[in-house]
Amino acid sequence: MQLTNRSKVVVQKEMTMAEQIYLPAIFKGMMITISHFFKKKPTINYPEVKRPIAPVYRGQHVLKRDEQGRENCTACGLCAVACPAEAITMTAAERKRGEESLYREEKYASVYEINMLRCIFCGLCEEACPKEAIFLTDRIVKVGTERDTFIYGKDKLVEGIAADQRIDVGKRGGAHRKF
Amino acid sequence: MPKVTIDGFSIDVPEGTTILQASRILATEGKMPDAHVPPAMCYYTKLKTSGGYCRTCIVKVSKGSEKDPRPMPKPVPSCRQTVMDGMEVQNLTAPDLLEARAGVVEFLLINHPLDCPICDQAGECHLQDLSYENGNAGTRYEFARRTFDMIDIGDKIKLHMNRCILCYRCVKTAEQITDGRVHGVISRGDHAEISTYIEQAIDNDFSGNVIDVCPVGALTDRTFRFKSRVWFTKPMDAHRKCDKCCGKTAVWLSGNDVLRVTARKDKFGEVEDWICNECRYDKKQIGDWTIEGPRKIERHSVISQNHYESLRQLKVDISNQKKLLEVAHVADIKQN
Repeated sequence: MQLTNRSKVVVQKEMTMAEQIYLPAIFKGMMITISHFFKKKPTINYPEVKRPIAPVYRGQHVLKRDEQGRENCTACGLCAVACPAEAITMTAAERKRGEESLYREEKYASVYEINMLRCIFCGLCEEACPKEAIFLTDRIVKVGTERDTFIYGKDKLVEGIAADQRIDVGKRGGAHRKF
Repeated sequence: MPKVTIDGFSIDVPEGTTILQASRILATEGKMPDAHVPPAMCYYTKLKTSGGYCRTCIVKVSKGSEKDPRPMPKPVPSCRQTVMDGMEVQNLTAPDLLEARAGVVEFLLINHPLDCPICDQAGECHLQDLSYENGNAGTRYEFARRTFDMIDIGDKIKLHMNRCILCYRCVKTAEQITDGRVHGVISRGDHAEISTYIEQAIDNDFSGNVIDVCPVGALTDRTFRFKSRVWFTKPMDAHRKCDKCCGKTAVWLSGNDVLRVTARKDKFGEVEDWICNECRYDKKQIGDWTIEGPRKIERHSVISQNHYESLRQLKVDISNQKKLLEVAHVADIKQN
Protein backbone atom coordinates (compact mmCIF):
# COMPACT_ATOMS: atom_id res chain seq x y z
CA MET A 1 0.00 0.00 0.00
CA GLN A 2 1.38 3.38 -0.96
CA LEU A 3 1.27 5.84 1.94
CA THR A 4 3.08 8.85 0.49
CA ASN A 5 4.44 10.07 -2.80
CA ARG A 6 7.90 10.60 -1.34
CA SER A 7 9.11 7.02 -1.52
CA LYS A 8 12.20 6.46 -3.64
CA VAL A 9 12.90 3.38 -5.59
CA VAL A 10 16.37 2.05 -4.78
CA VAL A 11 18.46 1.64 -7.92
CA GLN A 12 21.62 -0.38 -8.00
CA LYS A 13 23.37 1.64 -10.69
CA GLU A 14 27.12 1.78 -11.29
CA MET A 15 28.94 4.70 -9.56
CA THR A 16 30.69 7.21 -11.83
CA MET A 17 34.48 7.82 -11.64
CA ALA A 18 34.02 10.94 -9.46
CA GLU A 19 31.83 9.05 -7.05
CA GLN A 20 34.21 6.13 -6.90
CA ILE A 21 37.16 8.16 -5.58
CA TYR A 22 34.91 9.62 -2.78
CA LEU A 23 37.05 12.76 -2.43
CA PRO A 24 34.54 15.33 -3.78
CA ALA A 25 31.92 14.00 -1.34
CA ILE A 26 34.36 14.14 1.59
CA PHE A 27 35.37 17.69 0.61
CA LYS A 28 31.72 18.75 0.42
CA GLY A 29 31.07 17.37 3.90
CA MET A 30 34.18 19.06 5.34
CA MET A 31 33.06 22.41 3.91
CA ILE A 32 29.83 22.17 5.89
CA THR A 33 31.76 21.29 9.06
CA ILE A 34 34.30 24.10 8.63
CA SER A 35 31.61 26.66 7.87
CA HIS A 36 30.21 25.99 11.39
CA PHE A 37 33.52 27.15 12.96
CA PHE A 38 32.69 30.69 11.86
CA LYS A 39 29.05 30.71 12.90
CA LYS A 40 27.71 32.01 16.26
CA LYS A 41 27.89 29.35 18.99
CA PRO A 42 24.50 28.24 20.31
CA THR A 43 26.00 27.00 23.62
CA ILE A 44 27.33 29.00 26.58
CA ASN A 45 29.93 28.23 29.24
CA TYR A 46 27.61 27.63 32.21
CA PRO A 47 28.17 28.42 35.12
CA GLU A 48 30.62 31.21 34.17
CA VAL A 49 28.08 32.62 31.75
CA LYS A 50 24.38 32.53 32.53
CA ARG A 51 21.40 33.12 30.33
CA PRO A 52 19.02 35.91 31.29
CA ILE A 53 16.13 34.68 33.46
CA ALA A 54 12.59 36.02 33.17
CA PRO A 55 11.57 38.28 36.08
CA VAL A 56 8.76 35.88 36.94
CA TYR A 57 10.94 32.76 36.84
CA ARG A 58 9.86 30.25 39.49
CA GLY A 59 12.85 28.69 41.22
CA GLN A 60 13.82 27.93 44.79
CA HIS A 61 11.58 29.42 47.48
CA VAL A 62 12.57 32.02 50.03
CA LEU A 63 10.90 32.90 53.32
CA LYS A 64 11.17 36.66 53.62
CA ARG A 65 11.83 38.85 56.62
CA ASP A 66 10.49 42.38 56.97
CA GLU A 67 12.64 45.53 57.11
CA GLN A 68 13.33 44.97 60.80
CA GLY A 69 14.53 41.42 60.23
CA ARG A 70 11.44 39.69 61.63
CA GLU A 71 10.08 36.62 59.88
CA ASN A 72 6.93 37.34 57.93
CA CYS A 73 5.57 33.79 58.07
CA THR A 74 2.89 33.15 60.68
CA ALA A 75 2.32 29.48 59.83
CA CYS A 76 -1.21 30.14 58.67
CA GLY A 77 -1.09 27.02 56.49
CA LEU A 78 -2.60 28.59 53.38
CA CYS A 79 0.45 27.72 51.26
CA ALA A 80 0.25 24.11 52.37
CA VAL A 81 -3.45 23.86 51.60
CA ALA A 82 -2.95 25.57 48.24
CA CYS A 83 -0.06 23.30 47.27
CA PRO A 84 -1.25 20.83 44.62
CA ALA A 85 1.75 18.56 45.23
CA GLU A 86 1.34 18.65 49.03
CA ALA A 87 5.03 19.48 49.34
CA ILE A 88 4.78 21.91 52.25
CA THR A 89 4.49 20.97 55.92
CA MET A 90 4.75 23.20 58.94
CA THR A 91 4.45 23.28 62.68
CA ALA A 92 3.36 26.43 64.44
CA ALA A 93 4.60 27.76 67.74
CA GLU A 94 3.72 30.70 69.95
CA ARG A 95 6.10 33.62 70.13
CA LYS A 96 7.52 34.01 73.59
CA ARG A 97 8.25 37.22 75.40
CA GLY A 98 11.55 38.63 74.15
CA GLU A 99 11.26 37.12 70.67
CA GLU A 100 9.44 40.10 69.21
CA SER A 101 12.49 41.02 67.12
CA LEU A 102 12.53 37.58 65.50
CA TYR A 103 8.93 37.03 64.50
CA ARG A 104 6.45 39.60 63.30
CA GLU A 105 3.25 38.03 64.69
CA GLU A 106 2.36 36.15 67.84
CA LYS A 107 2.46 32.85 65.99
CA TYR A 108 5.36 31.64 63.86
CA ALA A 109 6.48 28.50 62.04
CA SER A 110 8.86 26.55 64.23
CA VAL A 111 9.24 23.96 61.47
CA TYR A 112 8.70 24.78 57.82
CA GLU A 113 9.66 22.21 55.25
CA ILE A 114 9.33 22.04 51.49
CA ASN A 115 10.02 18.76 49.76
CA MET A 116 11.77 19.93 46.61
CA LEU A 117 11.29 16.55 44.96
CA ARG A 118 7.54 16.95 45.29
CA CYS A 119 7.41 20.64 44.46
CA ILE A 120 6.33 21.40 40.91
CA PHE A 121 7.23 25.13 41.15
CA CYS A 122 3.73 26.27 40.23
CA GLY A 123 3.85 29.30 42.51
CA LEU A 124 0.47 28.75 44.14
CA CYS A 125 2.04 29.01 47.61
CA GLU A 126 3.27 32.48 46.75
CA GLU A 127 -0.17 33.41 45.50
CA ALA A 128 -1.91 32.05 48.61
CA CYS A 129 0.39 33.77 51.13
CA PRO A 130 -1.43 36.61 52.92
CA LYS A 131 1.72 37.84 54.67
CA GLU A 132 4.16 38.23 51.75
CA ALA A 133 6.31 35.60 53.40
CA ILE A 134 6.99 33.01 50.72
CA PHE A 135 8.29 33.86 47.27
CA LEU A 136 9.74 31.86 44.43
CA THR A 137 13.08 33.25 43.26
CA ASP A 138 15.35 32.95 40.23
CA ARG A 139 17.65 30.59 42.11
CA ILE A 140 17.83 27.01 40.86
CA VAL A 141 17.50 24.13 43.33
CA LYS A 142 20.83 22.35 43.60
CA VAL A 143 21.16 18.78 42.45
CA GLY A 144 21.91 16.07 44.97
CA THR A 145 22.34 12.35 45.30
CA GLU A 146 20.52 11.83 48.61
CA ARG A 147 16.76 12.18 48.84
CA ASP A 148 17.01 13.66 52.34
CA THR A 149 18.90 16.67 51.06
CA PHE A 150 15.87 17.78 49.05
CA ILE A 151 13.72 18.42 52.10
CA TYR A 152 14.48 22.09 52.66
CA GLY A 153 13.93 23.30 56.20
CA LYS A 154 13.95 26.79 57.61
CA ASP A 155 17.76 26.83 57.55
CA LYS A 156 17.72 26.81 53.75
CA LEU A 157 14.51 28.73 53.13
CA VAL A 158 14.63 31.75 55.43
CA GLU A 159 16.74 34.62 54.18
CA GLY A 160 19.49 36.14 56.35
CA ILE A 161 18.99 39.26 58.45
CA ALA A 162 22.08 41.13 57.17
CA ALA A 163 21.57 43.37 54.16
CA ASP A 164 23.88 41.35 51.91
CA GLN A 165 22.11 38.09 52.79
CA ARG A 166 18.70 39.31 51.74
CA ILE A 167 17.20 37.60 48.70
CA ASP A 168 15.83 39.96 46.09
CA VAL A 169 12.41 38.92 44.85
CA GLY A 170 12.32 41.71 42.29
CA LYS A 171 8.91 42.57 40.96
CA ARG A 172 7.16 39.86 42.91
CA GLY A 173 6.98 41.56 46.29
CA GLY A 174 5.82 45.02 47.14
CA ALA A 175 3.26 47.56 46.29
CA HIS A 176 0.95 45.72 43.94
CA ARG A 177 -0.01 43.33 46.71
CA LYS A 178 -2.12 44.94 49.35
CA PHE A 179 -1.72 43.86 52.99
CA MET B 1 -51.02 28.08 62.14
CA PRO B 2 -49.62 31.20 60.49
CA LYS B 3 -48.27 30.79 57.00
CA VAL B 4 -45.03 32.60 56.20
CA THR B 5 -43.28 32.94 52.86
CA ILE B 6 -39.52 33.43 52.83
CA ASP B 7 -37.94 34.26 49.44
CA GLY B 8 -40.89 32.50 47.80
CA PHE B 9 -40.75 29.36 49.97
CA SER B 10 -43.86 28.90 52.12
CA ILE B 11 -44.34 27.05 55.38
CA ASP B 12 -46.93 26.84 58.16
CA VAL B 13 -45.33 27.31 61.54
CA PRO B 14 -46.73 27.45 65.11
CA GLU B 15 -47.73 30.77 66.63
CA GLY B 16 -44.79 32.64 68.15
CA THR B 17 -42.12 31.24 65.83
CA THR B 18 -39.58 33.79 64.72
CA ILE B 19 -38.77 34.37 61.06
CA LEU B 20 -35.27 32.97 61.61
CA GLN B 21 -36.62 29.79 63.18
CA ALA B 22 -39.15 29.41 60.38
CA SER B 23 -36.45 29.72 57.73
CA ARG B 24 -34.26 27.22 59.58
CA ILE B 25 -37.18 24.77 59.67
CA LEU B 26 -37.59 25.27 55.92
CA ALA B 27 -33.90 24.56 55.33
CA THR B 28 -33.80 21.59 57.70
CA GLU B 29 -36.77 20.02 55.97
CA GLY B 30 -35.05 20.54 52.63
CA LYS B 31 -37.71 22.86 51.25
CA MET B 32 -35.34 25.80 50.83
CA PRO B 33 -31.61 26.06 50.02
CA ASP B 34 -29.50 26.77 53.11
CA ALA B 35 -28.24 30.02 51.60
CA HIS B 36 -31.66 31.64 52.07
CA VAL B 37 -31.48 31.27 55.87
CA PRO B 38 -30.46 34.63 57.35
CA PRO B 39 -27.02 34.46 59.00
CA ALA B 40 -26.94 34.96 62.76
CA MET B 41 -23.98 35.95 64.89
CA CYS B 42 -25.55 36.44 68.32
CA TYR B 43 -28.77 34.41 68.27
CA TYR B 44 -28.41 30.89 69.68
CA THR B 45 -31.35 28.52 69.87
CA LYS B 46 -30.21 26.89 73.10
CA LEU B 47 -29.59 30.13 74.96
CA LYS B 48 -32.57 32.04 76.30
CA THR B 49 -32.77 35.79 75.63
CA SER B 50 -29.96 35.57 73.09
CA GLY B 51 -30.25 37.48 69.84
CA GLY B 52 -31.05 41.03 68.93
CA TYR B 53 -27.52 42.43 69.29
CA CYS B 54 -25.67 41.87 66.06
CA ARG B 55 -28.28 42.76 63.41
CA THR B 56 -26.83 40.41 60.80
CA CYS B 57 -30.09 38.45 60.60
CA ILE B 58 -32.10 41.43 59.35
CA VAL B 59 -34.71 40.68 56.70
CA LYS B 60 -37.11 42.73 54.65
CA VAL B 61 -40.80 42.16 55.37
CA SER B 62 -42.51 43.03 52.10
CA LYS B 63 -45.98 42.11 53.39
CA GLY B 64 -46.77 42.40 57.09
CA SER B 65 -49.64 39.94 57.30
CA GLU B 66 -52.90 38.95 55.63
CA LYS B 67 -54.86 41.50 57.69
CA ASP B 68 -52.38 44.33 57.31
CA PRO B 69 -50.50 43.80 54.05
CA ARG B 70 -48.37 46.96 54.36
CA PRO B 71 -44.59 46.26 54.25
CA MET B 72 -42.62 46.96 57.40
CA PRO B 73 -40.85 50.32 57.09
CA LYS B 74 -37.41 49.12 58.10
CA PRO B 75 -35.46 45.85 58.00
CA VAL B 76 -36.34 43.75 61.04
CA PRO B 77 -34.11 41.34 63.01
CA SER B 78 -35.48 37.95 62.07
CA CYS B 79 -34.30 36.35 65.32
CA ARG B 80 -36.74 38.50 67.31
CA GLN B 81 -39.58 39.18 64.86
CA THR B 82 -42.33 36.58 65.16
CA VAL B 83 -44.27 35.52 62.11
CA MET B 84 -47.81 36.58 61.30
CA ASP B 85 -50.26 34.83 59.01
CA GLY B 86 -49.60 35.65 55.37
CA MET B 87 -46.30 37.39 56.08
CA GLU B 88 -43.94 37.66 53.14
CA VAL B 89 -40.24 37.95 53.88
CA GLN B 90 -37.38 38.74 51.54
CA ASN B 91 -33.82 37.83 52.29
CA LEU B 92 -31.58 37.12 49.29
CA THR B 93 -34.19 38.41 46.84
CA ALA B 94 -33.99 42.01 48.13
CA PRO B 95 -30.85 43.84 46.89
CA ASP B 96 -31.42 46.78 49.27
CA LEU B 97 -31.45 44.37 52.20
CA LEU B 98 -28.16 42.80 51.14
CA GLU B 99 -26.65 46.27 50.99
CA ALA B 100 -27.91 46.96 54.52
CA ARG B 101 -26.40 43.69 55.71
CA ALA B 102 -23.07 44.59 54.11
CA GLY B 103 -23.25 47.75 56.22
CA VAL B 104 -23.83 45.68 59.35
CA VAL B 105 -20.83 43.51 58.48
CA GLU B 106 -18.71 46.60 57.98
CA PHE B 107 -19.64 47.77 61.47
CA LEU B 108 -18.88 44.37 62.99
CA LEU B 109 -15.46 44.46 61.35
CA ILE B 110 -14.62 47.99 62.46
CA ASN B 111 -12.68 46.80 65.48
CA HIS B 112 -11.91 43.31 64.30
CA PRO B 113 -8.15 42.87 63.76
CA LEU B 114 -8.54 40.48 60.76
CA ASP B 115 -5.66 38.38 62.05
CA CYS B 116 -7.14 35.25 60.48
CA PRO B 117 -3.69 33.83 59.56
CA ILE B 118 -2.92 33.64 63.27
CA CYS B 119 -6.37 32.90 64.66
CA ASP B 120 -7.22 29.30 65.56
CA GLN B 121 -10.83 29.87 64.58
CA ALA B 122 -9.97 30.53 60.93
CA GLY B 123 -11.72 28.07 58.67
CA GLU B 124 -14.67 27.58 60.99
CA CYS B 125 -15.25 31.22 61.92
CA HIS B 126 -18.76 32.57 61.44
CA LEU B 127 -17.51 36.12 61.04
CA GLN B 128 -15.16 34.98 58.28
CA ASP B 129 -18.03 33.29 56.45
CA LEU B 130 -20.34 36.22 57.06
CA SER B 131 -17.94 38.85 55.77
CA TYR B 132 -16.96 36.71 52.82
CA GLU B 133 -20.55 36.08 51.78
CA ASN B 134 -22.22 39.33 52.79
CA GLY B 135 -19.56 41.96 53.27
CA ASN B 136 -17.60 44.37 51.12
CA ALA B 137 -14.05 43.64 50.02
CA GLY B 138 -12.49 46.73 51.55
CA THR B 139 -12.91 48.87 54.63
CA ARG B 140 -13.46 52.61 54.85
CA TYR B 141 -12.33 52.82 58.46
CA GLU B 142 -9.13 54.78 58.90
CA PHE B 143 -8.74 55.09 62.65
CA ALA B 144 -6.87 52.94 65.13
CA ARG B 145 -8.72 49.81 66.18
CA ARG B 146 -9.31 49.26 69.85
CA THR B 147 -6.78 46.84 71.31
CA PHE B 148 -6.67 44.80 74.48
CA ASP B 149 -4.09 42.49 75.98
CA MET B 150 -4.78 38.79 75.73
CA ILE B 151 -6.25 37.25 78.86
CA ASP B 152 -6.03 33.66 80.06
CA ILE B 153 -9.37 32.67 81.53
CA GLY B 154 -8.23 29.75 83.62
CA ASP B 155 -5.57 27.51 82.15
CA LYS B 156 -7.77 26.24 79.33
CA ILE B 157 -9.38 29.25 77.67
CA LYS B 158 -7.69 32.14 75.90
CA LEU B 159 -9.58 35.40 75.50
CA HIS B 160 -8.60 37.63 72.57
CA MET B 161 -10.72 40.63 73.32
CA ASN B 162 -9.58 42.29 70.05
CA ARG B 163 -11.52 39.76 68.03
CA CYS B 164 -14.72 39.93 70.09
CA ILE B 165 -17.88 41.25 68.43
CA LEU B 166 -19.83 41.41 71.73
CA CYS B 167 -22.51 38.91 70.80
CA TYR B 168 -23.05 38.02 74.49
CA ARG B 169 -23.35 34.32 73.67
CA CYS B 170 -20.61 33.33 76.11
CA VAL B 171 -22.14 35.47 78.83
CA LYS B 172 -25.49 33.79 78.35
CA THR B 173 -23.78 30.39 78.37
CA ALA B 174 -22.02 31.22 81.61
CA GLU B 175 -25.32 32.41 83.02
CA GLN B 176 -27.54 29.57 81.90
CA ILE B 177 -25.35 26.49 81.54
CA THR B 178 -22.92 26.92 84.40
CA ASP B 179 -23.83 27.81 87.95
CA GLY B 180 -22.10 30.62 89.78
CA ARG B 181 -21.37 32.95 86.94
CA VAL B 182 -18.01 34.68 87.08
CA HIS B 183 -17.93 36.07 83.60
CA GLY B 184 -19.68 39.00 81.98
CA VAL B 185 -19.38 42.23 80.05
CA ILE B 186 -17.84 45.22 81.77
CA SER B 187 -17.70 48.88 80.66
CA ARG B 188 -19.97 50.39 78.08
CA GLY B 189 -20.16 51.22 74.38
CA ASP B 190 -16.86 51.15 72.57
CA HIS B 191 -15.06 50.20 75.79
CA ALA B 192 -17.25 47.18 76.51
CA GLU B 193 -15.30 43.96 76.96
CA ILE B 194 -15.86 40.39 77.98
CA SER B 195 -14.17 39.73 81.27
CA THR B 196 -14.15 37.58 84.34
CA TYR B 197 -14.15 39.59 87.49
CA ILE B 198 -10.47 40.35 87.98
CA GLU B 199 -9.48 37.58 85.60
CA GLN B 200 -10.98 35.02 87.93
CA ALA B 201 -10.59 31.48 86.63
CA ILE B 202 -13.68 29.66 85.49
CA ASP B 203 -13.70 26.19 86.99
CA ASN B 204 -17.24 25.03 86.32
CA ASP B 205 -17.65 21.67 84.59
CA PHE B 206 -19.38 23.19 81.58
CA SER B 207 -17.40 26.42 81.25
CA GLY B 208 -15.58 25.13 78.16
CA ASN B 209 -18.77 25.54 76.15
CA VAL B 210 -18.10 29.26 75.84
CA ILE B 211 -15.45 28.27 73.27
CA ASP B 212 -18.02 26.49 71.12
CA VAL B 213 -20.63 29.24 71.24
CA CYS B 214 -18.13 31.98 70.34
CA PRO B 215 -18.79 32.82 66.68
CA VAL B 216 -15.33 34.38 66.27
CA GLY B 217 -11.89 33.53 67.59
CA ALA B 218 -12.22 35.55 70.79
CA LEU B 219 -12.53 32.52 73.04
CA THR B 220 -10.27 29.67 71.96
CA ASP B 221 -9.10 26.39 73.44
CA ARG B 222 -5.63 26.74 74.96
CA THR B 223 -5.02 23.00 74.69
CA PHE B 224 -5.39 23.37 70.90
CA ARG B 225 -3.63 26.71 70.67
CA PHE B 226 -1.55 26.85 67.44
CA LYS B 227 -1.44 23.04 67.31
CA SER B 228 -2.74 22.86 63.78
CA ARG B 229 -5.02 24.59 61.33
CA VAL B 230 -8.54 23.16 61.30
CA TRP B 231 -8.29 22.18 57.65
CA PHE B 232 -5.33 19.91 58.36
CA THR B 233 -7.30 17.98 60.96
CA LYS B 234 -9.89 15.27 60.40
CA PRO B 235 -13.12 15.76 62.30
CA MET B 236 -14.69 12.54 63.53
CA ASP B 237 -17.86 11.84 65.44
CA ALA B 238 -16.96 10.09 68.66
CA HIS B 239 -18.51 9.22 71.97
CA ARG B 240 -17.53 7.96 75.38
CA LYS B 241 -19.35 7.16 78.57
CA CYS B 242 -19.46 10.32 80.59
CA ASP B 243 -21.46 10.78 83.78
CA LYS B 244 -21.45 14.57 83.51
CA CYS B 245 -22.55 15.18 79.93
CA CYS B 246 -23.93 13.30 76.93
CA GLY B 247 -20.42 12.23 75.91
CA LYS B 248 -21.18 12.76 72.23
CA THR B 249 -18.48 14.94 70.70
CA ALA B 250 -16.51 15.70 67.59
CA VAL B 251 -12.81 14.88 67.88
CA TRP B 252 -10.37 16.57 65.54
CA LEU B 253 -7.64 14.13 64.60
CA SER B 254 -4.24 14.38 63.05
CA GLY B 255 -3.21 10.81 62.36
CA ASN B 256 -4.03 9.09 65.64
CA ASP B 257 -3.52 12.19 67.78
CA VAL B 258 -6.60 13.83 69.22
CA LEU B 259 -5.76 17.51 68.80
CA ARG B 260 -9.06 18.92 69.96
CA VAL B 261 -12.47 17.89 71.23
CA THR B 262 -15.53 20.02 70.58
CA ALA B 263 -19.27 19.62 70.76
CA ARG B 264 -21.01 18.53 67.58
CA LYS B 265 -22.34 21.47 65.65
CA ASP B 266 -25.29 21.47 63.28
CA LYS B 267 -25.32 23.25 59.93
CA PHE B 268 -26.28 26.53 61.56
CA GLY B 269 -23.16 26.38 63.72
CA GLU B 270 -24.98 25.59 66.95
CA VAL B 271 -23.97 22.80 69.30
CA GLU B 272 -26.22 19.76 69.39
CA ASP B 273 -25.49 19.10 73.04
CA TRP B 274 -23.25 20.72 75.63
CA ILE B 275 -20.17 18.76 76.65
CA CYS B 276 -18.25 18.85 79.90
CA ASN B 277 -14.71 20.04 80.48
CA GLU B 278 -13.41 16.56 81.19
CA CYS B 279 -14.41 15.37 77.71
CA ARG B 280 -13.14 18.56 76.13
CA TYR B 281 -9.75 18.97 77.73
CA ASP B 282 -8.65 15.78 79.45
CA LYS B 283 -9.52 13.01 77.04
CA LYS B 284 -6.85 13.50 74.40
CA GLN B 285 -6.02 9.84 73.74
CA ILE B 286 -7.54 8.04 70.80
CA GLY B 287 -8.28 5.14 73.15
CA ASP B 288 -10.61 7.31 75.24
CA TRP B 289 -13.06 7.56 72.40
CA THR B 290 -15.24 5.29 70.32
CA ILE B 291 -14.97 6.69 66.81
CA GLU B 292 -18.25 6.58 64.91
CA GLY B 293 -17.02 7.91 61.57
CA PRO B 294 -16.03 11.09 59.77
CA ARG B 295 -18.20 14.14 60.31
CA LYS B 296 -20.01 15.47 57.29
CA ILE B 297 -18.38 18.73 56.34
CA GLU B 298 -19.99 21.04 53.85
CA ARG B 299 -18.07 20.91 50.61
CA HIS B 300 -17.74 24.71 50.52
CA SER B 301 -15.85 24.63 53.79
CA VAL B 302 -12.06 24.87 53.74
CA ILE B 303 -12.05 21.94 56.17
CA SER B 304 -13.12 19.64 53.33
CA GLN B 305 -10.04 20.65 51.31
CA ASN B 306 -7.94 17.65 50.26
CA HIS B 307 -10.51 15.28 51.75
CA TYR B 308 -11.20 13.25 48.69
CA GLU B 309 -13.88 11.11 50.32
CA SER B 310 -16.25 14.07 50.02
CA LEU B 311 -16.41 13.69 46.23
CA ARG B 312 -19.19 11.15 46.50
CA GLN B 313 -21.14 13.52 48.70
CA LEU B 314 -20.60 16.25 46.12
CA LYS B 315 -22.72 14.41 43.58
CA VAL B 316 -25.56 14.05 46.07
CA ASP B 317 -25.30 17.71 47.06
CA ILE B 318 -25.41 18.93 43.48
CA SER B 319 -28.48 16.87 42.62
CA ASN B 320 -30.24 18.14 45.77
CA GLN B 321 -29.40 21.75 44.91
CA LYS B 322 -30.73 21.25 41.38
CA LYS B 323 -34.03 19.98 42.73
CA LEU B 324 -34.32 22.94 45.08
CA LEU B 325 -33.55 25.38 42.29
CA GLU B 326 -36.37 23.91 40.24
CA VAL B 327 -38.72 24.38 43.20
CA ALA B 328 -37.51 27.98 43.56
CA HIS B 329 -38.06 28.60 39.88
CA VAL B 330 -41.65 27.37 40.08
CA ALA B 331 -42.22 29.56 43.15
CA ASP B 332 -40.89 32.60 41.24
CA ILE B 333 -43.25 32.00 38.36
CA LYS B 334 -46.19 31.72 40.75
CA GLN B 335 -45.27 35.02 42.37
CA ASN B 336 -45.19 36.94 39.12
